[in-house]
Amino acid sequence: MSSNEEAGVRLDDKLIQTPRGKEVVLARHPKRPYTLDYAARLFESYLELHGDRVIGDSKAIISGVAQFEGLPVAFAGHQKGRTTQERVARNFGASHPEGYRKAVRIMKFAALLHNPTICFIDTPAAACDVAAESRGIATAIATSMVEMFRIPSPIVAVVIGEGGSGGAIGLSVADRILMLQHSVYSVIPPEGCANILWRDPEKRGEAAEALKLTAQDAFEQNLIDEVITEPRGGAHLDYDATAASVGEAILRHLAELREVDQNELVTIRRERFRKIGSFNS
Amino acid sequence: MKPSYYEIPDNLFTACPGCKRMVYTKQLTANLMVCNHCGHHFYLPATTRINVTLDEGSFEELYAGLSSNDPLEFPQYQDKIARDRKATGLSDAFVAGTGKIHGYCVNIGVLDFSFMGGSMGSVVGEKVARLMQKTAEEEGSLVIFAASGGARMQEGLISLMQMAKTCGARADLLDAGRPYYCVLTNPTTAGVWASFASVADVILAEPGAMVAFAGNRVSQQTKVSEQEPANYKTAEFQLEKGMVDLIVERSKHREILAQLLQFSRTGGETR
Repeated sequence: MSSNEEAGVRLDDKLIQTPRGKEVVLARHPKRPYTLDYAARLFESYLELHGDRVIGDSKAIISGVAQFEGLPVAFAGHQKGRTTQERVARNFGASHPEGYRKAVRIMKFAALLHNPTICFIDTPAAACDVAAESRGIATAIATSMVEMFRIPSPIVAVVIGEGGSGGAIGLSVADRILMLQHSVYSVIPPEGCANILWRDPEKRGEAAEALKLTAQDAFEQNLIDEVITEPRGGAHLDYDATAASVGEAILRHLAELREVDQNELVTIRRERFRKIGSFNS
Repeated sequence: MKPSYYEIPDNLFTACPGCKRMVYTKQLTANLMVCNHCGHHFYLPATTRINVTLDEGSFEELYAGLSSNDPLEFPQYQDKIARDRKATGLSDAFVAGTGKIHGYCVNIGVLDFSFMGGSMGSVVGEKVARLMQKTAEEEGSLVIFAASGGARMQEGLISLMQMAKTCGARADLLDAGRPYYCVLTNPTTAGVWASFASVADVILAEPGAMVAFAGNRVSQQTKVSEQEPANYKTAEFQLEKGMVDLIVERSKHREILAQLLQFSRTGGETR
């Protein structure tokens, strides 16, 4: 049994047939560094906090306060599990509403103290089971976006793995959006897209091509600010080097954002998203 | 010559998906496309919706010229756009404009499910944002009728980011202190329900409308491990869970909206 099979994920033979499908495979690699791996390397210290103050907590989105290069920061990020048991406990990184509410609560606290927030994006999608629907997953995601547009301190988001549709955008209303080289960011997973387009999930490799979901695609469409280069072969081969590149990029963007007047920050953030769109008028 | 019974014109009767009975089409139309037997709310085209919701002759369309330009050169997208333009007479899935309800000024937007499942791409996102911006900058209230399968897959990440864009415009509305009412119609799901539709000041819904984060397509792919409630993913379910303010029959929309508009009127309005 290979180590990938042990990890419960088979290399997807349909995805690796296309260049963009390969990126999806890398973004989902079971040994890819997750949010906690970055927290351990980027932060001098961090403290995870819990609870949405309404109904509970989510293990699929973690959040807390930290020291980053001597600066107090808040962080929030999707968290997947390593072992089968942990994967289930963290719902494969698919958060229920509590995760979004907790993250926003902690971002607001950070903003009170004029401290920035760093978000790590890595989710297949938000949870969509009965529990998620019952507790208002859609409302939680939308509210998270509206509230992030009102937070008067810098927010930097880094897509570290899977930027999975609503589950990802709900934590990505940021002043800077960075993507790791082999991460993906998509409106729908390639499997779902293939099903809709060709009624054939086997064509997920082609669907990945159609969706143009890679970091480079997002950068070329002016939707993100920077692609962070990964170690040769992918982030999973060298956590320390990957974390160092991520840390360098975040620090650089935070330094730029510190120069921006706090009152203008929210306006600029809204304008940034307001301009996104491609249409004839 | 007298027609024999089997020569009934195709459209004389309509089968009701709610009660499976045949409804006299003329009666159905007169009843705002609501079944007179079981109260099932049929699909309503955006233009009809505007006509039956606004005071007669008060509608003026805005941003009608916006159209999609296939930024990803996505398979079959242009064909689908062309097909739905022809079928619906719309340029995209959203009709925006101004009008009046019982004399109160409103900025109104209506999603049409017949145009690519009411999906939100650049055009829908831009029209929603413009309406919100207009409402934030001027007098009046905003009313949006939602009906959507979610973000428009064919524009990729740009579509996903329309969710954020409309929520940013919604934040502008909050700062400006202008009211925003949303009416959920069948179906309101995924990227539209998880963005501007679920963060209105007051959320109304038509009876029986499907309202869910995961639309039918997604659900079919997801293993169901929990017992689903009988009214799962309906407007009634969302009401029970506290996500919706009120279920309102179509025939009561004008009356209920007018009550809300009366509450949120400003001194500057003529009425």
